[in-house]
Amino acid sequence: MLRLTSVVAAYGRITALRKVSMHVGVGEIVAVIGANGAGKTTLLDTISGVLSPQSGSINFDGREVAGLSPERLVQMGMSHVPQGRQLFPDMTVYENLVLGAYRRSRADKRAQMREDLERVYSIFPRLEERHTQLAGTLSGGEQQMVAIGRALMSRPKLLLLDEPSMGLAPLVIRDIFKIISTLHKEGTTVLVVEQNAKAAFSIAQRGYVIETGRVILEGTAHELERNPEVQRAYLGKGYKQIIES
Amino acid sequence: MPIWNRRCETMSRQDMEQLQLERLQLTVNRAYRNVRFYHRRFEKLGIEPEDVSALSDLRRLPFTTKEDLCEAYPYEMFSVPLREIVRIHSSSGASGQGAVIGYTRNDLRTWSDLVARVVSAAGVTREDVLQVTFDYGLFTGGFGLHYGAERVGASVIPASGGNTERQIRIMKDFKTTVLVGTPSYALHIAEVMERMGIDRSAFSLRLGLFGGEPFPEHLRQEIEDRLQIIATDNYGISDVMGPGIAGECEHKCGLHVNEDHFLAELIDPDTLEPVPYGEQGELVLTTITKQGIPLLRYRTRDLTTLNPEPCECGRTNMRMSKISGRTDDMLIIRGVNVYPSQIESILFEIEGVEPHYQIIIDRVAAMDEFTILVEVSTEILTDQMRRLVELEEKIRARVHAMVGLTPKLKLVEPKTLQSLGTQRVVDNRNL
Repeated sequence: MLRLTSVVAAYGRITALRKVSMHVGVGEIVAVIGANGAGKTTLLDTISGVLSPQSGSINFDGREVAGLSPERLVQMGMSHVPQGRQLFPDMTVYENLVLGAYRRSRADKRAQMREDLERVYSIFPRLEERHTQLAGTLSGGEQQMVAIGRALMSRPKLLLLDEPSMGLAPLVIRDIFKIISTLHKEGTTVLVVEQNAKAAFSIAQRGYVIETGRVILEGTAHELERNPEVQRAYLGKGYKQIIES
Repeated sequence: MPIWNRRCETMSRQDMEQLQLERLQLTVNRAYRNVRFYHRRFEKLGIEPEDVSALSDLRRLPFTTKEDLCEAYPYEMFSVPLREIVRIHSSSGASGQGAVIGYTRNDLRTWSDLVARVVSAAGVTREDVLQVTFDYGLFTGGFGLHYGAERVGASVIPASGGNTERQIRIMKDFKTTVLVGTPSYALHIAEVMERMGIDRSAFSLRLGLFGGEPFPEHLRQEIEDRLQIIATDNYGISDVMGPGIAGECEHKCGLHVNEDHFLAELIDPDTLEPVPYGEQGELVLTTITKQGIPLLRYRTRDLTTLNPEPCECGRTNMRMSKISGRTDDMLIIRGVNVYPSQIESILFEIEGVEPHYQIIIDRVAAMDEFTILVEVSTEILTDQMRRLVELEEKIRARVHAMVGLTPKLKLVEPKTLQSLGTQRVVDNRNL
């Protein structure tokens, strides 16, 4: 579904992705983990067209999409849930969700939007209860639900999630990831970037580890979870041994 | 025949190349970051990990040789701290000091899985009783095949090498269906079986997986005829991982390379330029998933050809032909790798011995016989018999200590071998 080949991207003069190659197969859920500044957000921004790569190729659904606009990519079936949710705090939950259907053509808009909204409400019943509430007054977990719900309004084939666990309590993280897992089971392909490796590996089948813009590990979630390097850097295990030796 | 990992063994070329590029890039990133040897090589060549944008950029990377591995003895090539290494094997080296191969837990899992593919391709299933006659030890053959066959679910007998009559008894009593070992040992077993007068019908043997030695077609034919089994070839090299790199399927038309873990290139050993498909060249392997010791462009010194066409069995990965020779002077005697220079270095250190020698290898009753002719000084030859015997004993013991094989020894008069010039090895085995 998604295939990146030697993608290079930069913010100004700072190279953030250095020849990154990765792929996400149809129906897969793939996690990219890395520390702060590793290039995770740049990666998703580059895939979703927010940022143009300097070189390399991005193939989505059989087509070369590097450099295409985010709107075009949304139309093609890619939806990006940005880091920090990026909601409109002074608009209601309903209004925020409807914005996600913005790219639909006028003709089929109403009927389909209704249907999509129903689906989002069935996934997140809490949002239906609070559909008139201003987004800025919601809890972090609820805001994340709105952000994901908004992305679903465009009926994506591929859902890009940027640190959905950020700033959330462990129990809320579990709920959010359970929902991501459900979406995946219902047929959405998912690429999630996370610092929270444990949460990411709880739902992912495969994963990549990036460090300073380079991929340094790849494997099944099962393999990566057990990798001593990953455990040390991202799962908070093994520090004691390091200090002792 | 079952395909052990259908997804990986029947991948489209496009998917395979994407996966290979991803893995090559991260291997290069890791090797550059974690292995001083590669870091220095890259700096010397003025290249950076980012120079790898496509699989074809593999050609820009430096080669790794056996000598490099021996110089890195013991742990210089390791890419992870020793506490993450859970198994250590080693291989022989020309200078006497071999290469040390370390495996992480993940490497061992991968290894078993790759051997499971090879074993399955040959036709082994969980119904089989599989007897491993490779040595269990520093050599990778025994353990490699063992865990892979166990992964498939076969009943594995770790018989290890030697004691052929006992092997045959086990084979008969335990109803062994699959024999694993070197081709020459398989023939030796056939020989001893005939000598013991045991009828073939007393055995359940149906299949053999052979490796570790030259295995030309005429030898396969002979094994198949005499043991009445299907004999398949598989390829491994300890320095790179061990068995599990490639193996034949039931069609016996080349060894399927596990390309999602190893990139195979063929080069002309003299010019180091790439050799096109179908032509013979030296096999160069790059590991793209190994964590303990990543190897970039390892020169195997083995001569083969590569065929990228998908096989009738359904596997899409590239096939290599049977190894047809070496590009160095390494000898394989009873499955053990021996370099003439190892013998030379031993003789050099022994007093009373001239630096002139000749290695003669014969195959007697299907077993390799290894004889060393050594020139000794005139004083020694005219000395007491006891001293000569002691000297022979000493050389034999030193050779055994270094290469693990005990040669026959013949002490000869000075100047009898000198004239031989470079003819230091006479291999009468017709392989």
